Amino acid sequence: MRVAGPPARDHLLSVADLGREGIDEVMRLADSFKEVSARPIPKVPALRGKTVATLFFEASTRTRLSFETAARRLSADVMSFSASTSSLEKGESLRDTIETIDAMGVDAMVVRHRSSGVPAQVTAWTSAVVLNAGDGQHEHPTQALLDCYTIREALSERGGGEPSSDLSGLRIGIVGDIRFSRVARSNVLAFSLLGAEVTLVAPRTLLPSSLEGWPAQATPELDSVLEELDVVYLLRIQTERAGQVLLPDLDEYHSRFGLTRERAARLKPDALIMHPGPMIRGVEIAPEAAELPASLVTRQVRNGVLVRSAVLFRLLAGPGRPAVPTGEDPVA
Amino acid sequence: MAEREREATRPQGRVFHARAEVMDEAGVARALRRIAHEIIEHNSGLGDVVVIGLQTGGAPLATRLVELLGEIEGVAVPYGTIDVAFYRDDISLRRVLPEATDIPLDLTGKTVVLVDDVLYTGRTVRAALDALADHGRARAVQLAVMVDRGHRELPIRPDYVGKNLPTRRDEVVDVSLAGVALGELSEEGGAP
Repeated sequence: MRVAGPPARDHLLSVADLGREGIDEVMRLADSFKEVSARPIPKVPALRGKTVATLFFEASTRTRLSFETAARRLSADVMSFSASTSSLEKGESLRDTIETIDAMGVDAMVVRHRSSGVPAQVTAWTSAVVLNAGDGQHEHPTQALLDCYTIREALSERGGGEPSSDLSGLRIGIVGDIRFSRVARSNVLAFSLLGAEVTLVAPRTLLPSSLEGWPAQATPELDSVLEELDVVYLLRIQTERAGQVLLPDLDEYHSRFGLTRERAARLKPDALIMHPGPMIRGVEIAPEAAELPASLVTRQVRNGVLVRSAVLFRLLAGPGRPAVPTGEDPVA
Repeated sequence: MAEREREATRPQGRVFHARAEVMDEAGVARALRRIAHEIIEHNSGLGDVVVIGLQTGGAPLATRLVELLGEIEGVAVPYGTIDVAFYRDDISLRRVLPEATDIPLDLTGKTVVLVDDVLYTGRTVRAALDALADHGRARAVQLAVMVDRGHRELPIRPDYVGKNLPTRRDEVVDVSLAGVALGELSEEGGAP
C-alpha cells in the first residue's frame, strides 16, 4: 500500500477527468479487485457505511447491475432508483428528484440519462460524488475504462510480464454508429490518452459531421483497414437513435460493416474482438464471429465490475469534502 | 527494491532525513536470522507455517526470512504478500493505493507468520488480521517485526522483534534490508 498523491477529482463525468495517470491508477486498483474477486468471499469492508445510489433514467440492465455489484463488493449500501417507478412519472422535476435523494444522505450518485450533460448538471444539486453511467451522446467513461482494462489484461496475458496501461503502437478500429455513440466518444478519448492509434469506421451518415476534437482518423471502408487492426471494437447500431433515415438497411450494413466469418478470418492472427453490448448478432457481428476465442465480450462484462469497484473506491475512499486533518502518518 | 518500496510509502513531497543509524545491514541480517530460529523453535519446526509479508515494508523482509527458514530447515515455506488498504480504519483520512495481495493458498489450519517492518499504533496489523481472515481460518497468527517503536493504540503485541526502539511520535523509522535509521520527514529539499 502506498499513500496516494493529490486528491482525485470529485466526480467522474468524462474520461478527460482522469487523464492518462488517472486511467492508470484505476487500472492498478482494478488489478487489486481482480484478486479480491477470485476469493471465496469476494468482498472487502473498504466502503462500509457509504451509500451508493444508482439513478437510471434510461433503460439499462448490465451497467446498473455492474455498478451495484461493484458497490456491494466494497460493502457499500446500495439504493436503486429507476425512472419508470418513480415520482418522475407523476411529474416531479429532475432537480426535485435529485434533491430528494440527496436529502436521504447518499455518498455517490451513479447517473444514466438519455440527455447529454445531465450528470454534470446533477453535481450542482447534490453534495454526493457523481459518476456518469452514460449520458445521451456525450460519454460513458466506465465503459471506456473497462475496455482499456480488458485490452491491457489480454496483452499482458499474451506477452507475459507486468500489465502495462501503455497502448502505444496498438491500432484500434471502432466500427459502427460513431455519431450517436457515447461509448465511441469515451473510448476514443481513453484509447488515445493511452497512446493507441484509433480509426473510426462507419458509413458517412454515422460518422461525426466533423472530426475536429476527435483524436482519430476515419474511413467508410472496413475492408481497407481490417487487416491492420489489432483490436476491432464493434458498436451496436442504435436503431432508437440512428433511426431509419441514416441507415436504411441493416442487411446492407452487415455486408459492408459487419464482422462476418469471412472478415474474421482476414484479421491479424492475434487481433482482439470487442463489443460493449448489448450485441445484435447478424447486424454488427456474425453469430459465429461472436464465439471466436479472440472475442473478449464476456471478459468485458466481468471486468466492468472490477473497474467500477476501482472507480468507486477511488472517489469514495480517502478524505471527503471538507478535508479531514490527517495528523501523524500511522504507517511509519 | 527496498529503496523503491520506501520511496512509495512516503507522503508526497516529503523526504526522510536520517538522524541516527540504529542497525546496519549486518545487524538486520543477524536479527532476521535470530527471528528465523525463534520461529522454528516456537513452532517446533515449520509444518503448516506460512509467511505473509505486509505491503510494502514487510514484503522484502518476509522474502528474506523465507530464504533463511529454507537454509536452516531445508524446506520451502509457502510465502505471500498482503495489502491492507481495503481494510484500514483510517480509510476516510487519506487516499491510499493498494499494492499486490498474493496469497497462494487457503490459510485454513495454517500457522501464519505475519511480517512487517515497523510496529507502531497496531492499526495496520489490526487491518491485516481482518484481511487474513478473508483467506481462510488460520490455526494461529504470529507477528514478526523488525522494529517495535511503541505508541500502541490497540491491544496488539509482536511475537518476534528485531529491535525495541523507543521513539517520539514525530519521528520516523526507516527499515530496509540495508539497515534501520531513525529520523524525521521534512519538505523536499529543506533541512530537517
